[in-house]
Amino acid sequence: MSTDAFDLEAAWRLHPQVAVRPERFGALLYHFGTRRLSFVKTPRLLAVLESLPAAATARDACTAAGVPAPELPAYARALATLAASSMICERSAA
Amino acid sequence: MSPTAVLPLVQEFELGLDAPICLTWELTYACNLACVHCLSSSGRRDPRELTTAQCEAVIDELERMQVFYVNVGGGEPTIRPDFWHLLDYAVAHRVGVKFSTNGSRLTPDRARRLAATDYVDVQISLDGATAEVNDYVRGPGSFDTAVGALENLATAGFRDAKISVVCTRHNLDQLDEFLALADRYGATLRLTRLRPSGRGADTWDELHPRPEQQRVLYDWLVTHGDRVLTGDSFFHLSAFGAPLPGLNLCGAGRVVCLIDPVGDVYACPFAIHDRFRAGNLLADGGFAQVWRHSPLFAQLRAPQTGGACASCSFYDSCRGGCMAAKFFTGLPLDGPDPECVQGHGEPALARERTVPAASQDHSRPVAARKQPVLLQLGRPPVSACAENPLADFRPEVPR
Repeated sequence: MSTDAFDLEAAWRLHPQVAVRPERFGALLYHFGTRRLSFVKTPRLLAVLESLPAAATARDACTAAGVPAPELPAYARALATLAASSMICERSAA
Repeated sequence: MSPTAVLPLVQEFELGLDAPICLTWELTYACNLACVHCLSSSGRRDPRELTTAQCEAVIDELERMQVFYVNVGGGEPTIRPDFWHLLDYAVAHRVGVKFSTNGSRLTPDRARRLAATDYVDVQISLDGATAEVNDYVRGPGSFDTAVGALENLATAGFRDAKISVVCTRHNLDQLDEFLALADRYGATLRLTRLRPSGRGADTWDELHPRPEQQRVLYDWLVTHGDRVLTGDSFFHLSAFGAPLPGLNLCGAGRVVCLIDPVGDVYACPFAIHDRFRAGNLLADGGFAQVWRHSPLFAQLRAPQTGGACASCSFYDSCRGGCMAAKFFTGLPLDGPDPECVQGHGEPALARERTVPAASQDHSRPVAARKQPVLLQLGRPPVSACAENPLADFRPEVPR
């Protein structure tokens, strides 16, 4: 579990080896490379993930997914956790 | 972390998902070992074993259901002549494979080929950090075989193999040695709970951790939890205090299940018994059909009351413990786990109970060449019909 600050101003995407299975509560993520499973615990966080590729920044993706401003820090923490386990990566990096 | 959660994840999972998160698939009951605690009472191949084509159809279905990985076991899965083919087939269909093996077929050549394959995890079973402790339950020579396989994998450059340990009263004081062993081979340690299932029903009394060892294990897991895997199998220990990392609930028929070598679908890997058989994927229209429509699974996904445990203040931590552990020790399913850490297990075990008879047994009738000796230390029970007044008399003999 990482506590690193998450760069909301960077461009992010799902790691190419990650598969997404939508669920009522959100989604399951599976990373075929690290063979690790993660749970996306809200449908809105899934919407954020789905918005990442087209968004210039993670902040924009959150806005597009309808994340209310007061909840942005919580979403940044969730994204930081996903970044720490390589489920998402910066678009500049492969 | 979850600002607009639908339900807490645990509750979502207790109601069941449209597809399992992962599942265990025992590919064969054939095994070259005869471990005394084998969950599936393996030994002999079942003649009705799924064919290669039938296995491929299962993988196709898992791909459609987005089951991301399967835990493949047995028996010894690598005994199947089509094992390596099925491994490649699964990987090509985006179904990751974690397979458990005793290591007897992981030659240097095979290890090199595995090192070149993505999406495959290898778990080497080892139930002692020393040959003495391991071979006691897994059979003579099995320690050297497992360590040889780890050596081959490490030499071939296969990274992060798993050393899979079933925790017994004999190996729980070796946890640090297991970690050192894992470090030596660049492997990760995986600890799981001993269940009284399969041949384990006959040996559980002698092997399961003592109550004071449970506490030591809990503390060790709290300290080292980030370095070891547990398959989330110790949730009954969470009643000691803070919950352990992972999912603290019984996933049987809700988020996990087991497919056995003949295509029978059971609620979980530790519940190979008619009582927990949801159906057969050949006879009942495929795996998805069984998963989604079996009456047994519907029952397991219905809200549970907690039964005798409902009034216990720790119920939210342990959720009543392991269904299979209760069933195979003859305890009521809505009561405490036999290893309840709040001490409700022992009185339950002391009451009158009937241990259920096994509903399948693929053990070899004749002792294997490398059969462990544990069972031979016990004496056969006296028949209820024995008339000799001394039938039951056992003079004390120094050991």
